[in-house]
Amino acid sequence: MRFPGAIAAALLAASAAFAAEIPQGQRRSGYSFMKPDTRAMQDDDTANPGMLWVLDGEALWKRKLGAANKACADCHDDARSSMKGVAARYPAFDQTLRRPVDLEQRINSCRSNHQQAPPLAFESRELLALTAFVARQSQGTPIEAASDPQLAPFVAKGRELYLQRQGQLNLACTNCHDDNWDKHLAGSAITQGHATGYPLYRLEWQSLGSLQRRLRACITGVRAQAYDYGAPELVELELYLMSRARGMKMEAPAVRP
Amino acid sequence: MASALINVPPKAKRGDIIEIKTLMSHIMETGYRHTATGEVVPRNIITSFTCRFNGAEIFRADLFPAIAANPFMTFFTTATESGKFEFEWTGDQGFSEHASASITVE
Amino acid sequence: MQQPPNSSRRQFLGLAGGAAVAGALPTVTVRPAEATPATLASAIQSVTGGAAVRTGKVKLDIPPLVENGNTVPMTVTVAHPMAPEDHVRSIHVFNEKNPQPNIGNFHLGPHNGRAQVSTRIRLADSQKIVAIAKLSDGTFWSASVDVVVTLAACTEELI
Repeated sequence: MRFPGAIAAALLAASAAFAAEIPQGQRRSGYSFMKPDTRAMQDDDTANPGMLWVLDGEALWKRKLGAANKACADCHDDARSSMKGVAARYPAFDQTLRRPVDLEQRINSCRSNHQQAPPLAFESRELLALTAFVARQSQGTPIEAASDPQLAPFVAKGRELYLQRQGQLNLACTNCHDDNWDKHLAGSAITQGHATGYPLYRLEWQSLGSLQRRLRACITGVRAQAYDYGAPELVELELYLMSRARGMKMEAPAVRP
Repeated sequence: MASALINVPPKAKRGDIIEIKTLMSHIMETGYRHTATGEVVPRNIITSFTCRFNGAEIFRADLFPAIAANPFMTFFTTATESGKFEFEWTGDQGFSEHASASITVE
Repeated sequence: MQQPPNSSRRQFLGLAGGAAVAGALPTVTVRPAEATPATLASAIQSVTGGAAVRTGKVKLDIPPLVENGNTVPMTVTVAHPMAPEDHVRSIHVFNEKNPQPNIGNFHLGPHNGRAQVSTRIRLADSQKIVAIAKLSDGTFWSASVDVVVTLAACTEELI
């Protein structure tokens, strides 16, 4: 078993708070770490299970609901134009809350403010479908999240969380995703952790899931208590990850093991 | 809610062998999982997938719990005439879904 | 957080005992008696009726080391004509170590033009997969592949 040795080496080498960031020219999407079969699953729209949620989202987009009896389409028209590039800019600064919100939270605030409908539960089929549908409209768009100067303190907070060791395994995100990418952890490739394809279909889940679900899984994986869905820490981590991936192309819904 | 993704070429030449791809949304619960309190999560799978062309069966699959969630199934058929493919998925707990796609064969 | 002196050893123990470490446990899959070579043999028997099964004609395409055992792409191809008087009638796929020996049966006819089916399967462990083709003349042909399945690296809580 080589990975405990690799992790131990990483601990010794990267005991300083700031691990080496991946140079711009070496950044690679998780897609490039996948085996050919998994990549083929993502490439073909009729083979990509994530597209089932995108289709559902397309139907939901047009459905009138809530006390206001409005559909997303009533304000936003054809998502193909109105939502183009939107997901590439999320998490975005919410002027009312004075903090970043991710796409799921934005969809829910639209539902309460404009449709007068109750918020959708995190990881519910409907919320995933709408998020997948919106994110899909940014396919191929370079990520430009975190460029708003009002977000700077939150990006910094996210970076702090990313570098912070936690859990019984005492690991920080950076230990694997900056220092040990392209090595393997029990047969799975360790990627660089760029959030270019969310929400994505994870083979392990046999379902589409959000970035927050993945972060909670990783945090549980190092035997730390995961933040609740919607927690500011998770949004800050999402924000930092997206800023770390700035310039890389969106590929939602991706397929990953 | 949309449940199926079908890929059938819209046009083909008579005699062409074409590939048909289908993807159906379904949890395919195996019946072998237990909750944290020890109860079995009951089996809930698609057990049969059938494709008919102009009414005649051209492909049928028996599915078992070992088929992954959101079953993906591809097969081939010879383009003989224009017409309609009809797809049917049936399974546990009365599951029944249909989809169709047309093809023009010249 | 301060780094304790024996952290690398603790890491090793933690990771090695990963699946058994207490804490947030996911749904536990308590498997009933696994499929054994005997159940596999009898499942094959119920298709072939005891007739001889020859090796050949069948090609089983599965990655030798799977990305994730929950969703494994698989393609079965039978190199045989699909003519009205001579064709592949059905393809049956079996496994060795899942709780049940059957994976799927695929029923074909001459109109298919090509005896090739793709799907995605679940594999509980590293094991042998067997595909058996039944031809219209009543003969059986097979192929088998050994597949390595590793568990996902990190356990996670169920939602």
